[in-house]
Amino acid sequence: MASQEILREEPSRASFVNDPKVRSIFFQVLVVVLLGAGVWWIVQNTIDNLARLHIASGFGFLRGRAGFDISDTAIAYSSDSTYGRAIVVGFINTLIVAGAGIVTATLIGFILGIGRLSRNWLIRKICMVYVEIFRNIPPLLVIFFWYSGVLAVLPIPRESINLPFGSFLNQRGFYFPRAVWGDGSWLIFVALLVGIAMAWFVARKARQRQMATGQQFPVFWTSLALIVGLPLLAYALSGFPLTFDFPKQSTFNLTGGFQVKPEFLSLYLALSCYTAAFIAEIVRAGIVGVSKGQTEAAGALGLRPGSILRLVVVPQAMRIIIPPLTSQYLNLTKNSSLAIAIGYPDLTATAGTVLNQTGQAIECVLIMMVVYLVLSLLTSAVMNVVNAKMALVER
Amino acid sequence: MKHIAIGILGAAALGLTASAASAGTLDTVKQKGFIQCGVSTGLAGFSAPDDKGDWQGIDADFCRAVAAAVFGDGTKVKFTPLSAKERFTALQSGEVDILSRNTTWTINRDTALGLNFIGVTYYDGQGFMINAKKLPGVNSALQLSGAAVCVQSGTTTELNLADYFKSNKMEYNPVVFEKLEEVNAAYDAGRCDVYTTDQSGLYGIRLTLGAPADHVVLPEIISKEPLGPAVRQGDDQWYHIVKWTYFALLQAEELGITKANVEEMKASDNPEIKRVLGQEADTKIGTDLGVSNDWVVNIVKAVGNYGEMFERNVGSGSPLKIARGINALWTKGGLQYAPPIR
Repeated sequence: MASQEILREEPSRASFVNDPKVRSIFFQVLVVVLLGAGVWWIVQNTIDNLARLHIASGFGFLRGRAGFDISDTAIAYSSDSTYGRAIVVGFINTLIVAGAGIVTATLIGFILGIGRLSRNWLIRKICMVYVEIFRNIPPLLVIFFWYSGVLAVLPIPRESINLPFGSFLNQRGFYFPRAVWGDGSWLIFVALLVGIAMAWFVARKARQRQMATGQQFPVFWTSLALIVGLPLLAYALSGFPLTFDFPKQSTFNLTGGFQVKPEFLSLYLALSCYTAAFIAEIVRAGIVGVSKGQTEAAGALGLRPGSILRLVVVPQAMRIIIPPLTSQYLNLTKNSSLAIAIGYPDLTATAGTVLNQTGQAIECVLIMMVVYLVLSLLTSAVMNVVNAKMALVER
Repeated sequence: MKHIAIGILGAAALGLTASAASAGTLDTVKQKGFIQCGVSTGLAGFSAPDDKGDWQGIDADFCRAVAAAVFGDGTKVKFTPLSAKERFTALQSGEVDILSRNTTWTINRDTALGLNFIGVTYYDGQGFMINAKKLPGVNSALQLSGAAVCVQSGTTTELNLADYFKSNKMEYNPVVFEKLEEVNAAYDAGRCDVYTTDQSGLYGIRLTLGAPADHVVLPEIISKEPLGPAVRQGDDQWYHIVKWTYFALLQAEELGITKANVEEMKASDNPEIKRVLGQEADTKIGTDLGVSNDWVVNIVKAVGNYGEMFERNVGSGSPLKIARGINALWTKGGLQYAPPIR
């Protein structure tokens, strides 16, 4: 009895200062307060010094007239637009090049990664050489390689290379006919959407039937017929509303048509090639990471090598691949800021021009940092959702 | 807890007050023993390193003139090459003491950017250069509709270009780079049809191209580009030293004081020359400015007068061969004019 009483009283007898709970709360509060004071001090210091040096501050400048032109604009922009809009134009260009780069890098990366595990010696070695070269060169050099390569090799506008379908290639970029949609062309898009929806429905039904009865249905050919056939039918019905604007030779350069500039091309190709090498290694690691017993078991069940890869190995490998793949996507997006070296007007380039024209260094750098941060966090969030879907569903 | 909170507040307050005051630029410069001068990354005639790595050009020489005024020695300068984008931040943050980098004087830079331009060391205007071999028959900027134009980003040039094509209802395709060397390389490789920058710059850049004779500068000048050195706001003494160094260079030319004859001129009977060279009895002109009384002698000994500086770097004594034009003294029909030194 006596000993029990002593035990029960012990915690209350311990000094308030020695209580680990109180201590930990105290130190956490202390750290937060110190951090807050530090940040506050830096911000105040900056504001004070800007005022002392007579430098204007604040974000009001974003509403001012930009006055400069941008070569690649996905949204309406002229020199009369605002600084804010110029930054948005740059941001969209970053999205375009990063988006296109991610898709291409993933495609090349998967092909290379699987190629590195091929049984064919030549394919295996070619993929290995590619990966080793591009993985060990700084991305800026890859960009310069493409840019200088493209510029040095291609002819001047007067001697453009003629390509099929009225396309041209010269040192100012790649030109192809631009589609001009006439009246009634909306029907074609509706038909395309209907075709896709029906193809999806057919595929679902076919899978259900195969599960139930074991009978197979030619899903691929049916889908192709629906997706291509329906829009073609609509095209004929609406009286062939589609015409093309072909690029033509003029005083300085080709005009008309659609131009893809060498700055975009080289940045896009460089980022794709560079990141593909890393993705290839991730894919290879993912596939090798799937236990060999899985392949052997699938083989014992009578599946062909192609089906084993598609149905057994890749779905399991994806679980290993996706997390490191996310960081490669983030790297690609951030590397797109190297565009400034070759004059592609991405976010860094346009925000940099705005910075220089207005002198609002702190504000512009802050905008760039926040935009890249949000972009990266969004990419991570999307990839986390994909990862959750791919994760092993435990029953 | 109470003590800690007070401590934090006290530390924060200390930090604020400590940052509020700073020493004048002249004292800082004297203490470190040299002037940090912001120049371009390489523009022939204005600021470019020669084959020995020494910076040459009007802008580089101007910094030497200021060093001569402050230290009596024109070599006490260190140069920082800056891109168009970096230049203002470098001056604002105190990384350089003078920005002498073919920079156009505008109201925005004088007010919102917290700078003070001290004057115009070179009156320039924006022009266009084309490859006449590739584009025969083009002899006016008004024929350039549809052209791809190479330009450096973040410059007044970029803005004038947009205005000029817009007001003449012409189309163009901007090809924009951050660094001068990148613009040069792209133009030389044929990425664009037209190169636009200040005319003096075009003449300098033409010399660096693969085949200079193929390129012509079109006659149109589309803007006013008064180029001059700038200092930070809020330090009147430093501003005056730099400004009056520029005026002293002009005054020396007006009075015929050259690098060669400056020592003889000290003994001149002309009271104006005596006053400018600090030979007047009990003169206080130099010391009032914050430098020694023989400051003008030191400046001229280091770099010569304005005319000598001009001819050596961009004029007849240089590969650029640019005529004085509006950069002549006011006495010879130009715009260069200095208030009296008295």
